[in-house]
Amino acid sequence: MTAISFPSNHSVQLSPAHTFLRSFRIAAWLGWQIESNWTDPFLFAIYSVIKPLASAAILVVMYSIITQGNFASPVFSYIYLGNAFYAYVGAIMTGMSWTIIDDREHYKTLKYMYIAPISVPVYLLGRGVAKFVVASISVLITLLFGVLFLQLKINLLEVNWGLFFLALVIGVLMLATMGLLLAGVNLLIAHHYGAYGEAVAGALYLFSGAIFPLEVLPAWLRPVGFIMPVTYWLELIRRSLVGSVADAFPTLSAVSNLQLLAILVGLTVIFALGSIFTFRWCESRARERGMLDMVTNY
Amino acid sequence: MENKTLSMENLPRVPKNTGWRLFIQTVIARAYPRLIGQQREKSWMFFDIFLPMMGVAAYVFVYRAIQAPEDYIGFVVVGGAMTAFWLNVLWSMSSQLYWEKEQGNLALFIIAPNSMMAILLGMALGGMVATTLRALAIMILGSLMFQVHYAVGSFGQLVMVFLLAMTALYGMGMMAASLFLLLSREAWHISNLAQEPVYLISGFYFPIKSFNFWVAAAASVIPLTLGLDAMRQLVFLSGPSLGFLSVPLEIGILVALCIVFLVGARYLLAYMERLAIREGRLTESRR
Repeated sequence: MTAISFPSNHSVQLSPAHTFLRSFRIAAWLGWQIESNWTDPFLFAIYSVIKPLASAAILVVMYSIITQGNFASPVFSYIYLGNAFYAYVGAIMTGMSWTIIDDREHYKTLKYMYIAPISVPVYLLGRGVAKFVVASISVLITLLFGVLFLQLKINLLEVNWGLFFLALVIGVLMLATMGLLLAGVNLLIAHHYGAYGEAVAGALYLFSGAIFPLEVLPAWLRPVGFIMPVTYWLELIRRSLVGSVADAFPTLSAVSNLQLLAILVGLTVIFALGSIFTFRWCESRARERGMLDMVTNY
Repeated sequence: MENKTLSMENLPRVPKNTGWRLFIQTVIARAYPRLIGQQREKSWMFFDIFLPMMGVAAYVFVYRAIQAPEDYIGFVVVGGAMTAFWLNVLWSMSSQLYWEKEQGNLALFIIAPNSMMAILLGMALGGMVATTLRALAIMILGSLMFQVHYAVGSFGQLVMVFLLAMTALYGMGMMAASLFLLLSREAWHISNLAQEPVYLISGFYFPIKSFNFWVAAAASVIPLTLGLDAMRQLVFLSGPSLGFLSVPLEIGILVALCIVFLVGARYLLAYMERLAIREGRLTESRR
């Protein structure tokens, strides 16, 4: 008779770094499956392209009607680039926070995430990766469309690539921290959970000067834009891609690239600390109130 | 002692409606939660007005940044108000049967002795009334915030255009709902996909005349395209010069769209219901 031998009963101790990487990697894979496997790759590609292009086209048509197609103006570059890169805000920030609702209400798996040997904030960051990939594709296609058909003046040889990638990385981290903050809030929300993410994204779209210079806002609303990191992030992205845009608008023209980076990093750190604290607090409240496995059918 | 044991025979008979009485009863029953739900949870009003208002404000500031004529600000406010109807048709009409399937109600709708057409009509009427309130609030707030000036030419035509556009739009929603009977996970994505492209081709934020004639003609299949175009012609001074077709012609086309969509909804719903039953999709839940 053959004896069946089991592995020794010692539990495998994983280092925090290993746990981090494992949670992140598996969550990213899961996120990608959820995002993309509802249809075939061709339809998914069309889906990923149509929405951002339609959103950009609304602004292009509005601009074109009023200016008779003067796409060479820096105003157009300002609007077009701001709108294109804003895709990251909706995707990463709202996407990460929506993961809580999706897992809790739809898939009903949030409680299993909490009993698994993973770090939930890292899991949420991982789920944001798929959103980042989809948003990157849409940003790339929107930019390509602008360069090919709308005289968007991005000269690849003149782009400040160092500044661009640095700003992009800090910006993505900043959006992830904001997403974590919203995810924490979503842990405690039973009603209108979709609306909070949309409200924050909408407010950022309006007040961060994503598609119009902040001078257009009434003077009493402008300070709201100046405390939002997205304002500085979008300015850095515009400056790195089309340097002349910065000179055309007085909003931040007196601020150097280095100063903008410093402000962005500072605000990102503040948001990161606030997000971690808020998420942990919301998490403990959700545990106390038994809300981690709540299904509201709302 | 009198035997007071209850038996089915002793219960008073509940009057049973059939035919058109049952149809109307079903319409009222399905419209009821939409109307009452709004009264019971007033916070919906805040989110449904506040969120579209931010979009409206963003587009208004874009027009201000490029120094557009003031009437364009009004175009955005009217278009922004009408987005409430498109979102309602998309999320609470077309994809509603998918949500009902997810929650297990769809099978109950099918086995109950009522018409699915009456259920959809009830959803449409309830949704239309509730959404009209939201759209009105967006319009009033937007007009006050951005000082929009209206110059209404004909109130009669304006009311007629609005009612025809709504009838055709919700008819289209009923027709689309039948298609969603067959969908599962992809329903959410399809509804999500149909937002911005329709804002674009229906000219929610600019006159549809800006497009090539054939593009605008194709976009006119969506009732809000002509409805918005006609309403702008009727309420703004510069409207007629920016209109796609004449208002009487647009009214005629909207009447035709009403007939096509309502009749189409009736036949498509019956066909799709049979198909969904045959393929066993009424209770499936692919998450």
